[in-house]
Amino acid sequence: MGLDFSVVPSFMNFLLLGTVWTIAITAAAALLSFFGGVLFAVIALYAPMVVRLPFRLFEWLFMGTPLLLQLFLIYFGLVELGIDLPAFVAGVIGLGLHFAVYNSELIQTAILAVDKGQMEAARTLGLSRTQALVRVVIPQAVRDVIPPIGNNMIALLKDSALVSVIGVSEITLSAQLAIGRTYRAFEFYAAAAALYYVINLGMEAVLRRVERRMQLSR
Amino acid sequence: MDFALIRQVYPYFLDAAWVTVQLSVLTTLLGLVCGALGAAARLSRFRGLRIAGAAYVSLIRGTPALIQLFLLYFGGPQVGINLDAFEAGVVGLGVNIGAYMTETMRGAIIAVDKGQSEAARTLGLSRFQAFRKVVLPQALRLMIRPLGVNINALIKGTALVAAISVVELTYTAQRYIGSTYKPFEMFMLAGILYLVMITATGKVIAALDRRVRLP
Repeated sequence: MGLDFSVVPSFMNFLLLGTVWTIAITAAAALLSFFGGVLFAVIALYAPMVVRLPFRLFEWLFMGTPLLLQLFLIYFGLVELGIDLPAFVAGVIGLGLHFAVYNSELIQTAILAVDKGQMEAARTLGLSRTQALVRVVIPQAVRDVIPPIGNNMIALLKDSALVSVIGVSEITLSAQLAIGRTYRAFEFYAAAAALYYVINLGMEAVLRRVERRMQLSR
Repeated sequence: MDFALIRQVYPYFLDAAWVTVQLSVLTTLLGLVCGALGAAARLSRFRGLRIAGAAYVSLIRGTPALIQLFLLYFGGPQVGINLDAFEAGVVGLGVNIGAYMTETMRGAIIAVDKGQSEAARTLGLSRFQAFRKVVLPQALRLMIRPLGVNINALIKGTALVAAISVVELTYTAQRYIGSTYKPFEMFMLAGILYLVMITATGKVIAALDRRVRLP
């Protein structure tokens, strides 16, 4: 069986619908991973020992095991606990938590790198520790960490292909369904790769723009 | 926690972990070869090779590894590439991580001070000699740690071949989650084995790095 790309256009709408889902799951998981990352960083740096130690264990587990395994745990594990989530939500939680742990590492370093005088000055002006952290220190830390977090988000886009295995009909699963109908594996996986590549280029362009702007605002 | 069940299934997990180890080792070797070739191409004097190297890195890093595996394993036969699942896993993952290693190696080579190769050339070494005897030994020292990061990602990345039904650790965990309905136990079991592999690899890399580090 040679190659015949003529079957791809008739499934284009189908693949584009999958693309919308890929973008939706990437965006939702990116948001969760960003705010989760900030929260995790604060826990890792400032929470009392009883919270921090179990958290460290969770972090170690999530950084040392494959995302695919974590997705299985979340998708099937939550059902075990009586929580039956749609695959999309389970996928967002899995991808979001996984990358939140990686983002948290970056944000921790950035928080520690913010000049101590900032916290001291904020405290002197009458802000509480929490206020100083939320309004003065974290915003500065986040600004520094946007470029590496952006790289994580590009990795997240590519890893979003994994949620096809728990049944989210994003690009990868859409391609698989089209292959089920046509038996044209090479053509549809190549088309899927092209779609990811285009989204990837778009994200890189946005990231470069943001980076440039941050440099100007310094 | 159902420890009786864990005791019952762990031999299967150990077998599966051994497959993951084999996959990881072979993939690392292929990745290093692809990385070295990729870095050589990207730093080449010839424009065609530079473009080819850049295209390799961009295409591989711009698309999901899972899609690359599927393309190779399910689409390969259409273009005359017939590999079994394990072989497709090694080739797919190796070529994939090779693109990341290309950038790691290129970065380390560029990081060596330009004066080093200029001085070597002045002393009469050829371009190749200067690279092999002066630049490369210094670059190798710089690449060990970042290559360790690549290898760490690769070990976790071997889980992807579960999707083309290679019976490795994640595939085994998935199968037992399906048949026992004990996701936490199976996750713990597989997770511990992954953590052992990753921690051990990390220690080896750190020891290597300490050995070659300049005082």
